[in-house]
Amino acid sequence: MASAHSRMKCGEFRTNYQQDTTIFPTPLARRVAVLSVIFLLVAPSFLNPYFLNLGIQIGYYGIAALGLNIVVGFTGQISLGHAAFFGFGAFASAWLNNTTGIPVFFCIPLAGTMTMALGLIVGIPAGRIKGLYLAIATLASQYILEDFFSRADWFTGGAYGAMANPFSIFGFEFNNDQRYFYVVLFYVVIMFLFGTNLLRSRDGRAFVAVRDHYLSAEIMGINLTKYRILSFGISSFYAGIGGALFGHYLGFVSAEGFTIMLSIQFLGMVIIGGLGSVMGSLMGTAFMVLLPELMEAGVGLVGHNAPGLTHALAYIKEMSIGLAIILFLIFEPDGLAHRWKMIKAYWKLYPFSY
Amino acid sequence: MTEMPPLLNVSDISLSFGGVHALTDVSFDVRPGEIFSIIGPNGAGKTSMLNCISGRYQPNKGSITFKQKEMIGLRPNDRCNLGIGRTFQNLALFSHMTVLDNIMVGRHHLLKNNFLSGSLYWLGGARKEELTHRAEVEDIIDFLEIAHIRKSIAGTLSYGLRKRVELARAVALRPDLILLDEPMAGMNLEEKEDMARYIIDLNEEWGMTVVMIEHDMGVVMDISHRVMVLDFGRKIAGGLPDEVMANPQVRKAYLGEDDEPAPEPQPEGEVA
Ligand SMILES: Nc1ncnc2c1ncn2[C@@H]1O[C@H](COP(=O)(O)OP(=O)(O)OP(=O)(O)O)[C@@H](O)[C@H]1O
Ligand SMILES: [Mg+2]
Repeated sequence: MASAHSRMKCGEFRTNYQQDTTIFPTPLARRVAVLSVIFLLVAPSFLNPYFLNLGIQIGYYGIAALGLNIVVGFTGQISLGHAAFFGFGAFASAWLNNTTGIPVFFCIPLAGTMTMALGLIVGIPAGRIKGLYLAIATLASQYILEDFFSRADWFTGGAYGAMANPFSIFGFEFNNDQRYFYVVLFYVVIMFLFGTNLLRSRDGRAFVAVRDHYLSAEIMGINLTKYRILSFGISSFYAGIGGALFGHYLGFVSAEGFTIMLSIQFLGMVIIGGLGSVMGSLMGTAFMVLLPELMEAGVGLVGHNAPGLTHALAYIKEMSIGLAIILFLIFEPDGLAHRWKMIKAYWKLYPFSY
Repeated sequence: MTEMPPLLNVSDISLSFGGVHALTDVSFDVRPGEIFSIIGPNGAGKTSMLNCISGRYQPNKGSITFKQKEMIGLRPNDRCNLGIGRTFQNLALFSHMTVLDNIMVGRHHLLKNNFLSGSLYWLGGARKEELTHRAEVEDIIDFLEIAHIRKSIAGTLSYGLRKRVELARAVALRPDLILLDEPMAGMNLEEKEDMARYIIDLNEEWGMTVVMIEHDMGVVMDISHRVMVLDFGRKIAGGLPDEVMANPQVRKAYLGEDDEPAPEPQPEGEVA
């Protein structure tokens, strides 16, 4: 079976289906991925805390963004309430740990599971409605959950918020950025492997089928209602894990952090990274986390000459995000992941670009 | 073969959309192992008939039994388990997926891995199962001669190839009854000949019973065992191809002035 894989290098042949279904399209991609992980493993020893913090942020937001991409990018639905699930995961993990004493190590996946259960319930409307109506329904769930966060004292600490203990294994506390970086890295690798696997097996294909042509998906035996709701559930699982990592990192969870603004930022991450691309979710998140930092650095550079800019920094940061989303929608609707593919294809064929 | 009960029995089906009577009291049988063609002018109700069998439309009246089991009320996604597969008149591929993935979706109801075992892939046996089914899908790919495009994105293919991929996906369901809605529409002569050959092979070698809607009378006469003619939602004739062709009512309704070629179907917006 010497198939001509469109993205394979010339001269690269596969001799069985197993080789043809590996996670990485080429051996090079595999090596790059392994090297990046090795790099990230040693990174904490030389990166300064500022960059470690950014890396950690990209990690937990990236996991949540992957979840949103499953529902929006792969299943073709819309969710304006992702931040609420992210927040629910953060509260759930802190609450579990504080009330039952279950170690944080176990609370994170448990919080993910609780958030998934919530997502399955909140996702029920998705089984029946689509488009604008679904957007409104998820918006409603965003506000209902926000309200719940501020009222449910027993669960969230209400207006005071909740303390979240640091991550620990056998008494060893991951209480600084250097250490916590590894926790997040571990989860990023696991969750992105899960995501990639999901999308190359039965249920992941079913999501994409529902997105691309729901009528024929149904003829193929796919229960539309089930998969539309399941997609919300799985997406919430990722959001919950991301949120729990966020909570135990900050040590404190408060309801203000999980507003519609964050939901929209999550959408921005998947749009910029590429709807329907697993790795794009991470790229888009990195972009969204780094953009405001770049703005700040830029303003810092020219700040002496233009003091007005320094005052406007907060607005500049927010506007740059909005602008980036709009520009991507217009010029690069397939996102960074697609651009990256094009660049790789270009170099592979260089200098025969046509 | 005459003693066997019909595989599919359609009796007194009526279907209307507001004032439009798409189907009126249509009855017919499909016997196991035959190629059964439905013909008729545009808007005669042929696609509506297939939609009733595949569960997309609920008829207002009548009964459809498949393997002696009542189909009315059964959801479309439950019908492939019983052995019904279909293709669509207007292309209905998953256009952003590869050809391979499109066909693998056809295995959905036969696969057992789910989001959990799928996410774990190597640990829960999902990988092994996927590879087993992949091998079967490759047989279908070889049979339909689409090996060279298996990694292409479905939406980028030519019309003829897409029709073939759609057939492959329906075959992947391993149906006992396959419903083909104008499998040769828009194809050139060579592509039509290929398609006719595939349909005959599916019928004779893969043992599938075929119900086919087709406008190309040459093909219909050549490969069908029996033919039914619909006109304005009513069945006006049914039987062996030659008998049907000899029927004056059919000549009048369908062929109009005798030698005029059959009208080409117009693609519609929403897929029926
Ligand atoms: N979903 C629908 N809503 C309203 N009317 C419909 C619908 N589906 C079919 N019809 C009507 O039912 C009648 C039969 O349509 P159908 O698509 O079954 O015809 P057909 O025989 O397949 O025609 P063609 O050869 O053009 O494919 C037509 O008048 C059509 O407009
Ligand atoms: Mg039709």
